[in-house]
Amino acid sequence: MLDKTVKKIIEKSKSLGWILEPDAKALMKSRGFDIPDSILTSSFKEADQFLTHSKGPVVAKAVSKKILHKTEHQAVVTGIFSSDHLKNEMERLQKLVGCENILVEEMVQGIEIIIGAKNDFQFGPVIVFGIGGTSVEIYNDTAVRMAPLSPDDVLSMVNSLKAKEIISGYRGKTGVNMEALTHLLVNFSQFVMEHENDIESIDLNPVMCTKDQCVIVDARIMLQPS
Amino acid sequence: MNLKYLFRPSTMAVIGVSTSQDNHPANVIYNKNHLRYPVKTFPVNPKGGIFSRETLYQTVEDIQEKIDMAVIAVRSEFVPGVVEQCIQKGVGGAVIISGGFAESGNLRLQQRVVDIAKEASFPFVGPNCLGIYAPDYVDTFFLPGERIIHPDKGNVGFVSQSGGVLVDQMVKFAGQGIGISLAVSIGNKAFIRETDMLDWLDQDLATKVIAFYVEGFEKGEGRQFIKKAEQCSKPVIILKAGKSKKGIEAVSSHTAALAGDYRVFSEVMKQYCVAEADNEYELTSFCEALSCYPKGINGNIGIITLSGGHGVIAADACERHGVSIPGIEPATIGIIKEKLSPEIRNIVSLENPLDLTGSSTDCDIVTSARHLSRDNNIDCIMALLIPYSPGISTDIGAKLSLVARNEGKPMIAYVPNEDKYRIIIEGFELNNIPVASSVEGAVLMAKALMRCRPC
Repeated sequence: MLDKTVKKIIEKSKSLGWILEPDAKALMKSRGFDIPDSILTSSFKEADQFLTHSKGPVVAKAVSKKILHKTEHQAVVTGIFSSDHLKNEMERLQKLVGCENILVEEMVQGIEIIIGAKNDFQFGPVIVFGIGGTSVEIYNDTAVRMAPLSPDDVLSMVNSLKAKEIISGYRGKTGVNMEALTHLLVNFSQFVMEHENDIESIDLNPVMCTKDQCVIVDARIMLQPS
Repeated sequence: MNLKYLFRPSTMAVIGVSTSQDNHPANVIYNKNHLRYPVKTFPVNPKGGIFSRETLYQTVEDIQEKIDMAVIAVRSEFVPGVVEQCIQKGVGGAVIISGGFAESGNLRLQQRVVDIAKEASFPFVGPNCLGIYAPDYVDTFFLPGERIIHPDKGNVGFVSQSGGVLVDQMVKFAGQGIGISLAVSIGNKAFIRETDMLDWLDQDLATKVIAFYVEGFEKGEGRQFIKKAEQCSKPVIILKAGKSKKGIEAVSSHTAALAGDYRVFSEVMKQYCVAEADNEYELTSFCEALSCYPKGINGNIGIITLSGGHGVIAADACERHGVSIPGIEPATIGIIKEKLSPEIRNIVSLENPLDLTGSSTDCDIVTSARHLSRDNNIDCIMALLIPYSPGISTDIGAKLSLVARNEGKPMIAYVPNEDKYRIIIEGFELNNIPVASSVEGAVLMAKALMRCRPC
């Protein structure tokens, strides 16, 4: 049943070459990974109701087949508390190139992590893990291991980061829930192994990690050219 | 597929021997094996005739005896036919020296040879290679014996995509007293590839360490290689060339940009405890260290030096290479101090690195090594032995080796690589203690042990 969801999403995205964020998130959710509560809508009324019922601020993102890298297109707005702010931003996002829908999500806080996968020519699926966010390529504090990962691999990946104290907690700040992180990385690596023929690369960036949980806030899945 | 006939042949045909060109690769190979190796060698040339007062066979099939291995050094377009003749004759395998295949765009010709060989399960090395140097058995390198430096027979198996790198590395091995069990240049690796060599060398009793020079793997072949390396009972060392980042600028995901081809290669090697050497000097140090100590260490080094300067240089190199120099337990310091000669007791520095000064004697060094080995903070001893002081005898290598054997912790020595100090170096090396010819080299050896599987 779950695998059917995955297959269906991959099939319908093949012509585009990559999987749109709402579908990528649905796929991750079907594998048991945590994603934020969200609503996919083009109606301000629905979006506003979602804001009213959510515990804190929301994030609005343009969903467009023409926008692969959202940050470069100013297609993500974080920290929306008020209806007015939401309305203005929705109107702006809807004017962005190819915008079909708006993804409104509860805003999740935590330590920004990147979890990625790449189908390497020589080694097949490999997993990337490190400090995430939009500056990830500048800091490049990441570890790479061949999939599938064991819990020991996860530990060695964390220990190999320059910023390992950020993961383990430092100066009174709590770190990341290692059990949740290990569960996510090990299972994600298994997912990638199962779908190595379909997937070219995956960015889960950021994954927001706290002492309680790891939530996938953005997901981009690039498919193998058919 | 049995590779025994390739690497341990009793009889060999050299196909392509020329009656007119003395320096033809086939002639060089025929001459050196015929004159200096136990393998019985037969020259072959389709034109027949006489070569060096021996009969030239027109085809391999004309040879009466069973042929274990053929060296093929004919023009590329004739290779498929010659391979068919070898198969017909029941030859056990071939080294195809000839160039003019995939490396110059003739992929189809190469594939034809592969198809013929695969169908008959006929293993071959090459094409476009130097082939095999198996000390005491066979040497298919088309380089005159007087031009190359052969390392002694030893326990390092070395496989290289490049023939030039292989020969050059053999010079470096010889210079450091490292011996070879088998050296193979696999060239275009159309049939026998790194993974096959890993299988062969893993079960080869003469080989203790397996080293590779690799430019790249085929699709998915890296995973196959690393899975075999994981199962392999011996340390595996790799030197990778082609590390540039070209081609990753245009990728569409962060992950693909972060995990470039070489980055993935390097991290996967580390993940599976394959010791990646950064350059040929590291490769040499790694081979020597891992041939003595196949099991790994955590990298907590206790350094004994006779000169403060060498201690500082070693400490700097350790930091550069991620090797740690932990503090020594107070009990260790106490017992060493008590046992040192009274003349030096108050001038030594008993912090790690231990500076025993130029006034120390064999006895001081041996005592320090013994008790440092018993310290729980230390898992490897590094002895920087500058043999210039009068208190150091020529027996120091053998004496320290005995300490290492009795205490059960790895020891690495630095002794200047001069003929004058040969007796000290051999005192170590003949007792299986690796000796570096520089302080940096000694630290690289410690780094090699760290990259291997921990005990």
